[in-house]
Amino acid sequence: MSAAVRPRLAVWKFSSCDGCQLTLLDREDELLAVAEAVEVAYFLEATSGVVEGPYDVSLVEGSISTPHDVERIQEVRAASKVLVSIGACATAGGIQALRNFADLDELASIVYAHPSFLSALDTSTPIADHVPVDLELRGCPIDGRQLLELIGAVLAGRKPVLPAHSVCVECKSAGNVCVLVAHGEPCLGPVTQAGCGALCPRYHRGCYGCFGPMESAAPESLAPALASVGLDEADQGRLLRTFNGWAPPFRAASTVRLPDPRRRTT
Amino acid sequence: MTDALVTTAAFDALLGALADDGRRVIGPRVRDGAVVLDDLDGVADLPVGWADEQSPGRYRLRRRDDDAHFGFTTPSTSWKPFLHPAREVVFRARLDGAGFEVTPPDAPEPLAFIGVRACDLAGIAVQDRVLGGGRFVDAGYAARRSDVFVVAADCGESGPTCFCGSMGTGPTATTGFDLAVGERLGDEPRFFVRIGSARGAALLERVEHTPATEADRADARAAAARAVAGQSRSVAAGEVAGLLARNLEHPRWDEVAERCLACTNCTLVCPTCFCTSVEDSVDLAGTEAVRSRRWDSCFTLDFTALGGAPVRGSVRSRYRQWLTHKLSTWQDQFGELGCVGCGRCLTWCPVGIDLTEEVAAIGATDGAENPGGTPS
Repeated sequence: MSAAVRPRLAVWKFSSCDGCQLTLLDREDELLAVAEAVEVAYFLEATSGVVEGPYDVSLVEGSISTPHDVERIQEVRAASKVLVSIGACATAGGIQALRNFADLDELASIVYAHPSFLSALDTSTPIADHVPVDLELRGCPIDGRQLLELIGAVLAGRKPVLPAHSVCVECKSAGNVCVLVAHGEPCLGPVTQAGCGALCPRYHRGCYGCFGPMESAAPESLAPALASVGLDEADQGRLLRTFNGWAPPFRAASTVRLPDPRRRTT
Repeated sequence: MTDALVTTAAFDALLGALADDGRRVIGPRVRDGAVVLDDLDGVADLPVGWADEQSPGRYRLRRRDDDAHFGFTTPSTSWKPFLHPAREVVFRARLDGAGFEVTPPDAPEPLAFIGVRACDLAGIAVQDRVLGGGRFVDAGYAARRSDVFVVAADCGESGPTCFCGSMGTGPTATTGFDLAVGERLGDEPRFFVRIGSARGAALLERVEHTPATEADRADARAAAARAVAGQSRSVAAGEVAGLLARNLEHPRWDEVAERCLACTNCTLVCPTCFCTSVEDSVDLAGTEAVRSRRWDSCFTLDFTALGGAPVRGSVRSRYRQWLTHKLSTWQDQFGELGCVGCGRCLTWCPVGIDLTEEVAAIGATDGAENPGGTPS
C-alpha cells in the first residue's frame, strides 16, 4: 500500500474522558502498523499536526452534551466518509447521561462555584441521536482488539466482527466459572454485549454492563436472579444505570426501580 | 480379567503412565469455586473431599466429611471444550506474491480424559455421531477424538439437577471407555476398575492391582442403584419428541420466553450442542488472514441472520428452536435425542430455567394453543 493512497483517519472528542482515544495509543505493538495503514490526519490526543478533511474514517468519542457539540458533530459528519462512534459516551450518552434522570440546574449548583459560566444541554445523548452513524464500538472504555478489528475491516472493505450477543458467550468460551451462578455475585453479563473478553468475570467480578445492552437484552428477566443474590430493586437500578443507563433497555429497567429525582425537586 | 482393585497410589501411577505415553491428562479439579476440567498432574489434583450442590441457577462447592476423589456430580463444564473447542483455527493464509499460501492448523495433542461421567460419555457419543459420523466428517473433531484415552468415573450419588436415569445414559458407564473407576471409600480406600478396551487392560497391567471380588461388583451395583434412586427429575425420553412436535403453538413457549435471557449459557454448557460460526480476520497490512470457527448458539440473532434480518427474532422462537431440536427434531436428524440428562443447562442458566419443568408443563396441557395463535 503506497503512502499516497492511505485512507485518512480522524479521531474526534466530544463530552468524554479521552479513555477511548487512549485505547488506540495503548496498542503499542500495533501502532506502527496502524500508522502505516492509515494517514493519521486529525488526532489531537496524539499530535497537534492537523490535516484538512475530508476524512475516510472518523472515530468519534464522547457524547453530545453542549450546544457547541450539537453544531460540531454536524461538521464532523459532513467531513467523514465512515463515522464510527466509540465508547459508552458516544454510543449511549455515557456516565454523564446520569444527568438525564436529574435536574441539571440542581446538579450544577452542587458541583460548580459559578454555574452561570456553564453552557450545557439538559441531556447527554449518543452521537446517533444527532447524525447517522455507520458503525459503533461499545465499552467504557472500548476494547483495543475490537478497535483494530474495526480499522482492519474498514480498510479491507468488509464487515467487522463485532458480535452483539451476551458477555456469557465470552465467559463460557474462556472457561470462566460463572460468577453469578457459582459465587452469587451480581452480574450483568447475561444482558450485556460482548467485546471486552469477559474482563471482569475473568477476575471474579460481576459484569457492570460497560458495553451496554446486548441484542434483545432482557434486564427484567435478569432481575429475579439479581434479587436472589441480594440486590434490592434500587441496587438493581443503580447497577443498570452506571455506564449505559440511557441505553433504552437499561433506561427502562432502571427507571422503574429508581425514584426520579426530578419528581422530588421542589 | 474384566475388573480389578487399585489403591490411590496405583491410580496415581496410572495417570503418570498416561502422561509418560505423551498424553495431556485432563480431569476434574477445583478452581474458582467450582469443579472444572483442566490439566492434572496426579490424583492429588482431583477435587479430594469436595462435593457440589447444584440446583437450577445455582452452584456451590461444599466440603465432604471424607476424602472422596469423585464425590461431586457433574463438573461445571463438559468435555466439549477439548474435542469441539470454543475457537479453532480452520486455516491461516499469507499473501505470497501473486497468490497466497495456506497453512493448515497444527495437529492435535493426544489426550487422556480422567473421570468422565456416564452422561458425559453419552454426550461425547452424540457428538461422535454429529461431528465424527455421517457423510460430512469434521476433520478437526475427528483428529482430536480419534485417540483419546477415556477413564470413566461411575457416579455413587446424584445431584438434584441430574436426570440421566430417565434418559438412559447413566449413572454407570457401559460403553465408550478404556477404563472405568468406581470409588470405594472407608479404611482401605480402593478404586474398583472395570476394563473397557484392550489398551485399557494394557494400561492397568502397568500398575499394581488386585483381583476384584463379587462383593466389589455388588457394591458398585448398589452405588449405581442409589444414584438413580436419588434422581428427582426426569424426562419421558420415549414420548418427549412427539409431545414437543405436536405442541409448537403451546402457550408455555410465550411464558418461558418471558424468563429466558437468550444469553446462550444452556447451549454452551450442553455437551451435545455443536453449532458454530466462522470468522475471518486479516492483519492491518492485509497480508495475513486467519479463518477461525467459534461456538455459536441458536439463541444469538446473528445465528439466523439471512438477508440482514434474523429468521428467529423473538426469544420465544429461539427457546422453542433449542428445546425442540434437543428433544424432538434431533431424533429425526440423528436417530436419537440430543439430551443426555447431565443437567448443566439447569444449573448454569442464570435464571434457572429447568428443561424438565418446561417439558412437564407442556405435557400437562398437551395440545393447548394460544387463542388466536402466536407469531413465531
